[in-house]
Amino acid sequence: MAGGKEIRTQIASIKNTQKITSAMEMVAASKMKKAQNRMTASRPYSEKIIKVIGHLAYVHSEFEHPYMKKADTVKRIGIIIISSDRGLCGGLNTNLFRSLLKTMADYQAQGVEIDICTIGKKATSFFKNTGLTIKSVLTDLGDAPHFDDLLGTVKVMLDAYDAGEIQQLSVAYNRFENTMTQAPTITQLVPMVAGEVEGMNHHWDYLYEPDAQEALSALLIRYIEALVYQGLVENIACEQSSRMIAMNSATDNAGDMVKDLELVYNKARQAAITQEISEIVSGAAAV
Amino acid sequence: MSSMYVDIVSATESLYSGEAKCVFAPASTGELGIYPKHMALLSVLKPGEVRIETESGIQSIYVSGGVVEVQPDTVTIFSDTAIRANDLDESKALEAKQRAEEAMTNAEGGQDISATQAALAESMAQLQMIAKMRSKKI
Repeated sequence: MAGGKEIRTQIASIKNTQKITSAMEMVAASKMKKAQNRMTASRPYSEKIIKVIGHLAYVHSEFEHPYMKKADTVKRIGIIIISSDRGLCGGLNTNLFRSLLKTMADYQAQGVEIDICTIGKKATSFFKNTGLTIKSVLTDLGDAPHFDDLLGTVKVMLDAYDAGEIQQLSVAYNRFENTMTQAPTITQLVPMVAGEVEGMNHHWDYLYEPDAQEALSALLIRYIEALVYQGLVENIACEQSSRMIAMNSATDNAGDMVKDLELVYNKARQAAITQEISEIVSGAAAV
Repeated sequence: MSSMYVDIVSATESLYSGEAKCVFAPASTGELGIYPKHMALLSVLKPGEVRIETESGIQSIYVSGGVVEVQPDTVTIFSDTAIRANDLDESKALEAKQRAEEAMTNAEGGQDISATQAALAESMAQLQMIAKMRSKKI
């Protein structure tokens, strides 16, 4: 009976792997629920702040904040890349990095240089070998990131913008569309791109307190942080749902493999029995 | 009696959303009383209490700073969840930069913690596998 024992151990080891993947699937499913709740909870903030920024686009102010002014020439841009800390989540990070590399190649073809800021271990280890300058790094955020964890990391990039080192800042993350689909997204943060608002087209301006610069800075910084935070929370929801799907298919595949191997094992066993019988029979006939 | 719509949101949740007769907010230059048809206003808030007067009574919510935007018929308050101080932000920014430098120097050395961890996990799994196979043979 050739390979009978080997096949049996292989089946046992695949079954063990299957147990692990199905446990991971269940863990990811429950974490995804929580991540989705956090995502919906943080949505009102970013939606409201986007709306207010939309109003700002119609303001006829004497003071123009640097975050709203478009630079004449863009020589260097900054990208904040949000990824997961852990692997085993399908093609989530790879898809994002691939679409990013394409965008980066487009920029570099135009002679624009790129500085990056990485959030998550996967992005950090992927991009440090690309030769781009990593300005700041944030890892080990866990499943429930705090808003204040982000502040320092975002500040580094905004300081670079303030100092004129970079002329544009974007954030790249996976947008959560539904459990099955995650879309790699790159959103421009500064200079602002405001949406259209109905009924705002008359001449008006805010009353600023204490003054225009301080009030606008406070609002715009919160806007940028809110967008990055929203990206981060969505990316976590994406990570969990992507992991759930990856582990689900891994469990299915393990099941298929076990089935195939059991067939091979049974065939080998039967062949061995048949051989034994024919040996006995031919032995008896020889007597 | 006219009313306006008030939203108080923080990054992690919506704190209040509904109609109100008037709102008092702790602006950086002093307390602001906002009634319907107020002029468009944008102000920084300091830590303090936001009071909302509605038909059914007064509700008060604590905010640790933030920004308020006023339009004639809506008031939006962005409450901070993080404590902000310039020097605190500065030190966090420095930490983030340091981590970046570490990552960059590691890249040159070819040493990578996550790659090493992956290799370690792999050899651990192999060892476990060998142990399992041995115990089965006996």
